Amino acid sequence: MIPAAFNYHRPDTIEGAVKLINEFGDEARVVAGGHSLIPMMKLRMTGLSHLVDLQGIGGLKGISVDGDTITIGAMTTQHELIVHKQLSSRAPIIAEAALQIADPQVRYVGTIGGNVANGDPGNDMPGLMQCLDAIYSLQGPSGQRSVPARTFYEAAYFTEREEDEILTSISFQATGGGYAYEKQKRKIGDYATAAAGVLIEKDGDKCSAASIALTNLADTPIYCEAAVAALVGTALDPGDVGAAVKAAVDASDPSEDNRGPIEFKKHIAGVVIRCAIERAIERA
Amino acid sequence: MNEMIPPKAERSAALKGLGTSRKRVEDARFTQGKGNFIDDLKLPGMLFGDFVRSPYPHAYVKSINTDAALAVPGVVAVLTAADLEPLGLHWMPTLAGDKQMVLADGKVLFQGQEVAFVVASDRYVAADAVELVEVDYEELPALVDPFKAEIKGAPILREDIADNLEGAHGARRHPNHIFTWESGEKEQTEAAIGEAEIVAEEMIYYHRTHPCPLETCGAVASMDKVNGKLTLHGTFQAPHAVRTVASLISGIAEHNIRVISPDIGGGFGNKVGVYPGYVCSIVASIVTGKPVKWIEDRIENLTSTAFARDYWMQGKISATKEGKITGLWCHTTADHGAFDACADPTKFPAGFMNICTGSYDIPTAYLCVDGIYTNKAPGGVAYRCSFRVTEAAYFIERMIEMLAIKLKMDAAELRRINFIKKEQFPYQSALGWEYDSGDYHTAWEKALEAVNYTELRKEQTQRLEDFKAGATRSLMGIGLCHFTEIVGAGPVKNCDILGLGMFDSCEIRIHPTGSAIARLGTISQGQGHATTFAQILASEIGIPADDITLEEGDTDTAPYGLGTYGSRSTPVAGAATAMAGRKIRAKAQMIAAYLLEVHDDDVEWDVDRFAVKGAPERFKTMKEIAFASYSQEIPGVEPGLEAVSYYDPPNMTYPFGAYICVMDINVDTGIADIRTFYALDDCGTRINPMIIEGQVHGGLTEAFAISMGQELAYDDMGNVKTGSLMDFFIPTSWETPNYITDFTTTPSPHHPIGAKGVGESPNVGGVPAFSNAVHDAFRSFGLTQSHMPHDHWRIWKIANDLGLHDK
Repeated sequence: MIPAAFNYHRPDTIEGAVKLINEFGDEARVVAGGHSLIPMMKLRMTGLSHLVDLQGIGGLKGISVDGDTITIGAMTTQHELIVHKQLSSRAPIIAEAALQIADPQVRYVGTIGGNVANGDPGNDMPGLMQCLDAIYSLQGPSGQRSVPARTFYEAAYFTEREEDEILTSISFQATGGGYAYEKQKRKIGDYATAAAGVLIEKDGDKCSAASIALTNLADTPIYCEAAVAALVGTALDPGDVGAAVKAAVDASDPSEDNRGPIEFKKHIAGVVIRCAIERAIERA
Repeated sequence: MNEMIPPKAERSAALKGLGTSRKRVEDARFTQGKGNFIDDLKLPGMLFGDFVRSPYPHAYVKSINTDAALAVPGVVAVLTAADLEPLGLHWMPTLAGDKQMVLADGKVLFQGQEVAFVVASDRYVAADAVELVEVDYEELPALVDPFKAEIKGAPILREDIADNLEGAHGARRHPNHIFTWESGEKEQTEAAIGEAEIVAEEMIYYHRTHPCPLETCGAVASMDKVNGKLTLHGTFQAPHAVRTVASLISGIAEHNIRVISPDIGGGFGNKVGVYPGYVCSIVASIVTGKPVKWIEDRIENLTSTAFARDYWMQGKISATKEGKITGLWCHTTADHGAFDACADPTKFPAGFMNICTGSYDIPTAYLCVDGIYTNKAPGGVAYRCSFRVTEAAYFIERMIEMLAIKLKMDAAELRRINFIKKEQFPYQSALGWEYDSGDYHTAWEKALEAVNYTELRKEQTQRLEDFKAGATRSLMGIGLCHFTEIVGAGPVKNCDILGLGMFDSCEIRIHPTGSAIARLGTISQGQGHATTFAQILASEIGIPADDITLEEGDTDTAPYGLGTYGSRSTPVAGAATAMAGRKIRAKAQMIAAYLLEVHDDDVEWDVDRFAVKGAPERFKTMKEIAFASYSQEIPGVEPGLEAVSYYDPPNMTYPFGAYICVMDINVDTGIADIRTFYALDDCGTRINPMIIEGQVHGGLTEAFAISMGQELAYDDMGNVKTGSLMDFFIPTSWETPNYITDFTTTPSPHHPIGAKGVGESPNVGGVPAFSNAVHDAFRSFGLTQSHMPHDHWRIWKIANDLGLHDK
């Protein structure tokens, strides 16, 4: 658990950070909270010569609400997400999910930007961002561009982000209706055996809108289009919920690990998805 | 003479002696971060060592090139087996009569094995250089399954002893076979089982796990080339034994070796063994003339220093139709890994596994244990238990449950029918132990009543009906366990480690002003010895516990002892403390009599003083006696007030307990919620009830971890699957259940203060209670045995295999 030598940079502007990673190429990585990267360095599973710390860039932190649009700076910590009153009233699923990430010590340091940008299938925020249909802002040498969370993830640790780009902020629309983030894990601090985020809106007795996304049930988060289609327009009867659960489970593609074999994970996926849908319906 | 003598009770309370929940004196240091652990030690000019470790479970080492590593600025040396060979230190003896490679000698036998030792001026440089050591391996097929060790074509692991068919514990029948150890009457037992009306038979696996103490293992070796003295600081549960072993294998005279165990952050058996890191630190210090520090990281701790358990126990138990047990048979296949480095008393290669008749009056029994080599890390230590006692307790408590199923009988009633009765003590077990004392029926009835057992069974029946009716997906399990421990190793006549008798010791010096220092041959790793041993002494010699300093762990100052593990400190060193105290008191009596101008027999002990019989106003306090012993001539009595006692226990002690666990299990998620955990312990005389409660909570939490998720798992290729705390389950406060503790008191008849030891009971009794609760939840669906750990997916699999999920 002793990392190899590296150079440490602490730029105070995003342009400065982009310049550094552009200059050092794949020998450089940006570090946000460091809870994924630092252990990898200590295990010597990643070799890099330049660590570009984003802590010194003031503009990357904070939560703003403009009408229905919520924007969260990449360096905002999980803890800040949990305690932000306006965020908790306009998109309560965020706090519900963030409270299920790791433990308080990790949440004081771990950031939303690091969580979504790393591409680790075990992280909870990517699935949640797909559920919210969030847009990621990326800053590169030639300027800024936007990528939807639902198309950002390609494979485990592979994303749409270019190596010389930095994820600076996340924005999404405030939610109405019901919500739930349901996660089964072995213990506090563990990644999900299976987790699901669900949003449901009702118009009278009918489901007018829905969103369902899964965490750690494939090598990327999964937005479950077929499951959403199974709910929207229905009266959310048990049969409709069952069809949505089945569609979502079918969309999952878990792999075996110490949490259990595939058959078990698919079963648990079904349990947590159903539980999340039912709880979201109750709250809708 | 003062006529206002405070009442007895008041003077007694002021001592904070036996039975007082005295606050731990260690905690002022530990809670302020002022402990002194091995990694806190920094000596001038200290170098740092780090290991090159094998990525392969089984491979030949064709060559090792250290040139690139040696070229790194700051690297002082890179040791390989070739460097250690001239010193005869490339292999070292194990505690189990085997030998173990210090550094890979031509081959590696487990993933994570030590291959080379880099020594550098800086910890970071050492780690950098480790990456630059080039090792050329030729991979060999790995032997992971002990049941495949002796099949035709199995890879031969220990080529060094392949032709040696006589091992440390008798004949070996195959190069991968270590020993066969038998206990009891084979023919008689098999005949009893053959004739029996009811027989239950099952394979019970107690999986491989690891003690995983908060602080990993480490050492700082410092060879002073001027005076020829070696000082070895390290995480040693038995510092004196380490000194003797270090002297024997290094050739350095024992008086020139000083071993110091500083504060230790948990041991649980992991810090009993001698590890390559210690040997390499010593050699590196001898070579460089500088202090050398070696500290494991977590992955190294989990994958290379001593594991625990890994016993495959095939069992048969027989009974009459009425439920009276007639015989018990067990064959154990013991997976020892690559070297037999078990830490057991030398004559017991399977520890005290033959306590497996448990709390029951079983007329005949037979146990056979086969030790097997596999391509896994060595160890087999007693993880918070006396040697293999937790395996034995798990075995018998599972067999009892299996027998109850066969008999269609309530498992609480079956235990009641078969308990050894109070009047049968001292009791000779079929496998050769003499149980010193016990009152199992009283403890059992108290436990059943405390949890309202009858009502629980009714609730369980109702739950089952609701489940079958589709009203709930939750089942209820009631886990019973009545365990008997065997601790306090042990009598020198049958207990030794490498020939060193397992006595222990205490030396006491009373200072002129009436305070004292006591030194012991044991070493606390969190047990609170500085608190509790002072309490024993306070009650024996009438000096307040707060005025007694307790010191352990420095072999230059402490009397010789065999250390702390196997719940032996209170039974053995605690007895030595009481006996040394009694020597002090005997001398104090002579001094008091002289001062009071009466005959020795005319004074009597009164809490903290000697008083003239029939004239309590004429007395001398221990304080006054202490001062007199240093300040005036007392005819026929030597000056000073000191004593030392070496205690060879006449027998083991046999703590016992009744544990009941109630859990609700969701059959769809596999999540088990522990609703109630009731733990009644009988550890004889209770020295400090608060520390006992803390010990029980800690041991139960380890038992919870082991039974519900913790394992040291290997894949089919011999790779470690659970080498970090991401996957190796250590519960947080969130997962940890609440515990209800209770007690009965049955003092040991042969221990000077009647104490038996308690630290390990909750681990021994906790594991079967948790596991039995899981099994009990599914009993009515036909489940007999499902191996631990009972994590979510394995519980889910039980339900799935029993057809409880919709297909």
